[in-house]
Amino acid sequence: MSALPRVRVVAPGAMPQRPFPDAAREALGDSQLRRNIGHATATIRDKRAKVVAELPDWEQLRDAGAAIKDRALLSLDEQLVRLEEAVTGAGGTVHWARDGGEANEIVTALVRNAGAHEVVKVKSIATDEIGLNEALQDAGIGAVETDLAELIIQLAGDVQSHILVPAIHLNRAEIRDVFARELDAEDLPDEPAALAEVARRHLRRKFLEARVGVSGANFAVAETGTVCVVESEGNGRMCTTLPEVLISVMGIEKVLASFRDLEVMLALLPRSSTGERMNPYTSLWTGVTDDDGPREFHLVLLDNGRTQALSDKVGRQALRCIRCSACLNVCPVYSRTGGHAYGSVYPGPIGAILTPQLVGVENASSLPFASSLCGACYEVCPVKIDIPSVLVDLRRQVVDEQRSRPGVGAKVSPERRAMEGLARAFSSRRGYETLQRAGRLAQWPLARGRGHIGALPGPLAGWSSARDLPVVPEQTFREWWRSRR
Amino acid sequence: MRVALLIACFNDTLFPETGRATVGLLERLGHQVDFPEEQTCCGQIHFNTGYARDALPLVRRMVDAFEGADAVVCPSASCTGMVRDHYRGLAELAGDAGLRREVDAFVPRVHELTELLTGPLGLQDVGAYYPHRVTYHPTCHGLRGLGLGDGPVRLLRSVRGIDFVELEQATECCGFGGTFAVKNADTSIAMLSAKVKAVLDTGAEVVTAADNSCLMHIGGALSRQRTGVRAVHLAEILAATEPQAAA
Repeated sequence: MSALPRVRVVAPGAMPQRPFPDAAREALGDSQLRRNIGHATATIRDKRAKVVAELPDWEQLRDAGAAIKDRALLSLDEQLVRLEEAVTGAGGTVHWARDGGEANEIVTALVRNAGAHEVVKVKSIATDEIGLNEALQDAGIGAVETDLAELIIQLAGDVQSHILVPAIHLNRAEIRDVFARELDAEDLPDEPAALAEVARRHLRRKFLEARVGVSGANFAVAETGTVCVVESEGNGRMCTTLPEVLISVMGIEKVLASFRDLEVMLALLPRSSTGERMNPYTSLWTGVTDDDGPREFHLVLLDNGRTQALSDKVGRQALRCIRCSACLNVCPVYSRTGGHAYGSVYPGPIGAILTPQLVGVENASSLPFASSLCGACYEVCPVKIDIPSVLVDLRRQVVDEQRSRPGVGAKVSPERRAMEGLARAFSSRRGYETLQRAGRLAQWPLARGRGHIGALPGPLAGWSSARDLPVVPEQTFREWWRSRR
Repeated sequence: MRVALLIACFNDTLFPETGRATVGLLERLGHQVDFPEEQTCCGQIHFNTGYARDALPLVRRMVDAFEGADAVVCPSASCTGMVRDHYRGLAELAGDAGLRREVDAFVPRVHELTELLTGPLGLQDVGAYYPHRVTYHPTCHGLRGLGLGDGPVRLLRSVRGIDFVELEQATECCGFGGTFAVKNADTSIAMLSAKVKAVLDTGAEVVTAADNSCLMHIGGALSRQRTGVRAVHLAEILAATEPQAAA
């Protein structure tokens, strides 16, 4: 039995442990982190813009991408059964998992049956969502991440902060230190080639030893039973072809109806994610094949909150997501706070709408508010997820949920009091005009005869920490209008 | 043309000069402006903060206030966007078919100010005079929501005496986002810092936009940092003429 990788047990998964504003404040105070994230997101953002501009039919491609995903999602029950039939027909086995616990049990049992104590993994966010590595570790099974960035994260005992580039928050000096410590490479320089070489030697050994590979899936085709993994390094192909047993864990929303759908999706994904016309490695496999690849193939279909999301008319579009991460790179919030502030394996704008739907809005109530609703994410999304609209609808659900809880309802928040009071006053002309006059009087102690207000009380102090507020003028517009008559 | 003014509660209360400028500009161009006094707030604050249900009475009031108006003009990109993009959804949320019909009739008649000028009125040069160095921030709701395009910039470039200068990273959000600026003050301020730096880098005396909410945000930092740069609504620049600007 080989030694288990040294993994710091962190809270993985999709459940945020603290409110976004608190986590963001901490991240914003880390100037190294801000530089790393700011630089990396700007680089990928520019690359994406360049390759997208090459395609005159990009907008039609986006429309097609959205339509393809919607077609599959709105007939998901049918597509999944078709997928199961096709995979089974090609010699694979399909397992259905209602939640992360069930999926982890299935995978653990499969690894045990294969007599393995270690698995090699290709980057898979779904398995991070369910905490598969930790579950395997509890069963005495080591899980070796083979995507270079995931390996760095794993060796560092860190958590990923970006969907595509999980170690985006680390620079190469920090990575050198991790490798030097964890891979016994003391004199390692911080040159990218040297770092890659150390990782390559480490991973080659793991690939050749492994009897079980674990992957995620970018797409699965119901028509043919084909599973598709898209990657850059080729380590994923090692994982999916060398071991005797291959287990793929995929969220049920990854299914496409027909093989031809890949034509559109494979044009959208690399340009949106890495800013490449085509990614270096696209692996497609259908069940098992004689004398080639794994002897056993298992496909674990994971729900874990997805059918719940599918029942939400506005929110269901989040399930179109193909995990390209274009929305992260253009987001002015993400590019300043980084991914850890979102407290979930799904960070950034897509995380802010996906996480609350997967874990329940009451368990991620600050995330729908972690956005200025600037709309940059919607503009780049290859499958046209209207993220701002979903955010606003989730905000409504957060407020509705808080109102419905008797314990919370008894103690009404200042925000709710203010919102309800404003709405009542604004419902009549008289109430509105009274409030306008009251505002002019109430500001008096704050303005103190100056031309602006420099300090606000209570929950509004966040505004005045860096911004003055104009004073309410002597005459409203409508008073001026009446005076003109 | 006879135009009804949807002032936006924010402008009415905090920035009446924007309303006066809008009236002055449209009257100078030979149009008749009405101001339906039953209007209050479009409901954007409530809607964006999760209080969609509380916004419903405000939607009803707004739609009623403008019943019978052929064209409606609003000097706020975000309030125009609220009406255009969300009133239908709110009527659906309420399950009110009557309101839905009224909203359907109301929405196409609502124009953001620069839309009205460059679209239905077909203007580019509105005869303004503004001898200042000015930069323009295309607010998120104007840029990505309404798709205002280069209309506002064409209007500005046609102003006599203006020294117009482009803003770097102009399309990036200033970090306002309504209650976002308070709920996520730290992140909002980090975004604002970049916007303020970009404004200062232009050497402009004035930063302008089609929305006073973003301008209040940017202007609040410009004031706090005692930069001397002013945030001025685009309507006020377009309304300015030679004798007024000299004052």
